[in-house]
Amino acid sequence: MNAGKILLVEDNPDDVALTMRALKSHNITNDVIVAQDGVEAIDYLFGTKGRPAPTDLPAVVLLDLKLPKINGMEVLQRIRADERTRLLPVVILTSSDEERDIIDGYSLGANSYVRKPVDFVEFTKAAQQLGLYWLLMNRTPPPPRGP
Amino acid sequence: MSIRDWPIKRKLTAILLLISGLVLVLTSVAFVTYEVVTFRQTIQTHLATRSRILAANSTAALAFANEADATEILAALRYDPHTVAGALYDRNGRVLATYPARAAADLIPGAPEPDGYRFEGGRLVAFTPVAQGANQRLGTLYIASDTKAVSDAIRLSGIIAIVVLAIALLAAYALAAALQGRISAPILALAETATAASTRQDYSLRAPKFGEDELGTLTDAFNQMLGRIEDQKQELQQHATRLEQRVADRTKELEHRNEALRRNAAELLAANNELDAFAYSVSHDLRAPLRSIDGFSQVLLEDYATQLGDGGRDSLQRVRAASQRMATLIDDLLKLARVTRAEMRTEPVDLSAMARDIVVDIQRAAPDRPVEFAITPGLEAQGDSRLLRVVLDNLLRNGWKYSSKRPQARVEFNALEENGERVFVVKDNGAGFDMRYADKLFGVFQRLHSAAEFEGTGVGLATVRRIIDRHGGRIWAEGVVDQGATFYFTL
Repeated sequence: MNAGKILLVEDNPDDVALTMRALKSHNITNDVIVAQDGVEAIDYLFGTKGRPAPTDLPAVVLLDLKLPKINGMEVLQRIRADERTRLLPVVILTSSDEERDIIDGYSLGANSYVRKPVDFVEFTKAAQQLGLYWLLMNRTPPPPRGP
Repeated sequence: MSIRDWPIKRKLTAILLLISGLVLVLTSVAFVTYEVVTFRQTIQTHLATRSRILAANSTAALAFANEADATEILAALRYDPHTVAGALYDRNGRVLATYPARAAADLIPGAPEPDGYRFEGGRLVAFTPVAQGANQRLGTLYIASDTKAVSDAIRLSGIIAIVVLAIALLAAYALAAALQGRISAPILALAETATAASTRQDYSLRAPKFGEDELGTLTDAFNQMLGRIEDQKQELQQHATRLEQRVADRTKELEHRNEALRRNAAELLAANNELDAFAYSVSHDLRAPLRSIDGFSQVLLEDYATQLGDGGRDSLQRVRAASQRMATLIDDLLKLARVTRAEMRTEPVDLSAMARDIVVDIQRAAPDRPVEFAITPGLEAQGDSRLLRVVLDNLLRNGWKYSSKRPQARVEFNALEENGERVFVVKDNGAGFDMRYADKLFGVFQRLHSAAEFEGTGVGLATVRRIIDRHGGRIWAEGVVDQGATFYFTL
């Protein structure tokens, strides 16, 4: 199985737990890195003073929109603005299906927009499909050459 | 400058001078003519007198044909400087003596001419009979006198006439200049006042009055007219002021109203923005706890199924159903809110094509339900296509849903004309409703059927009505229990 990782950007611990459960129950064993807000996500992707950026980018970012400190749209903007991460697959996974959010998300370069179903059975299906698709079926772009 | 454009003063002066000049010239000509005529008569009389005296003195010389005497007598003519020639003819017409004694031949006619006096070649000539007693003619006396005296007299009277004419004209000019003012002054004053009034728009001016003649009447009339204009102007001004005041009042009132409207609009905008923020927040935050409730209930059902027992599992299933229902409610409410917030874009919409689209969707979702849809083609309307799609979707789905218990379900979409207004109709042969509750149909969360009978949240028709309201249309419904429902709407 592909060694790709999932970066889950989600501030709600319940949603984190349910997502992890859904992924695990479908034998998606890849590492799931959890960032609890936008700042953490950016720190992870671009590194901080104490810890350098990871050498390998995650296979996909599952990005919630309503986040403390820096919201999901801004995180997406930063990802697309950076040469190293601009092709990184980003799936918006959020509660809302506000038209405004969908349009903004795609405008900023999201690869997909998925609304979290309330029904956990549906939710599990969605998480499974996402995992399968982005980790197994989807081909990630090659890492950009270093400067 | 043509005479027509001369100032009145000059015209009056010219007229007066022309008249007096003409009168004076005629008078002078008459005077000179009279002088000349009179003078000629006078010289003629003088000549006649002298001739008769000389003729009387010459009778003896002629009777005796004494030439020396005759010459002597004629010599007396030298005392009259105007006499240029004289002659005595005898009875036979021969010249006896002449004056001057040796006169040039051309001065003396060869033979006497008929008696009388006449002017001839610039001279006055007289042939006078010389007679003894009453009938005995002795001969003829001839005297020629030059007319210098006449021309002198003519010249003198001409000079007098010219001098008098000149003096009289001068006097006439002076008088005319002085007197024309009597007539021209009021006219000039009138003209000046009229000009001033019209250029300065000052109707309080009055023309001065000089007398009670026609010009005085004219001045009075003119002043009266000015007065009336002044009054009317004042009245107009008062009207204008009142009008301005009213306009100002209205403007102020309008400004107040505008201000109020602006405030209302701002408040509405604020409320709308608030609703927007609220809806956004609801759509993000209200569903998250429901997900947790449903999710962890499912976790319990999966992981602790045996410990829970039938009662526990049933309870958790109910918890899950409720949370999912809650989620649907939230979604429907958000849709309603969106309908209120959405910007309207009016365009022509083919409602029939839209209805066919929706029917395809419905039938694809439930291919096992044989429902007959009858859609009249070519129904068009003006409106926002996205919002109108929500209307048709709700009404057609309702028809489909509430006719689910009919073996031969049928849903129609057509239109009719009512009082010149196009009314769209969606009709089904389903469960229908009790007309007593018709007014509740379009209320939020109002349902006429239980969720067990027909599922639903009671938001759909409220949303439909909101959209119809926003299009300025009306919506109403008719129904009979177990016979079907008909929805009518206008746009």
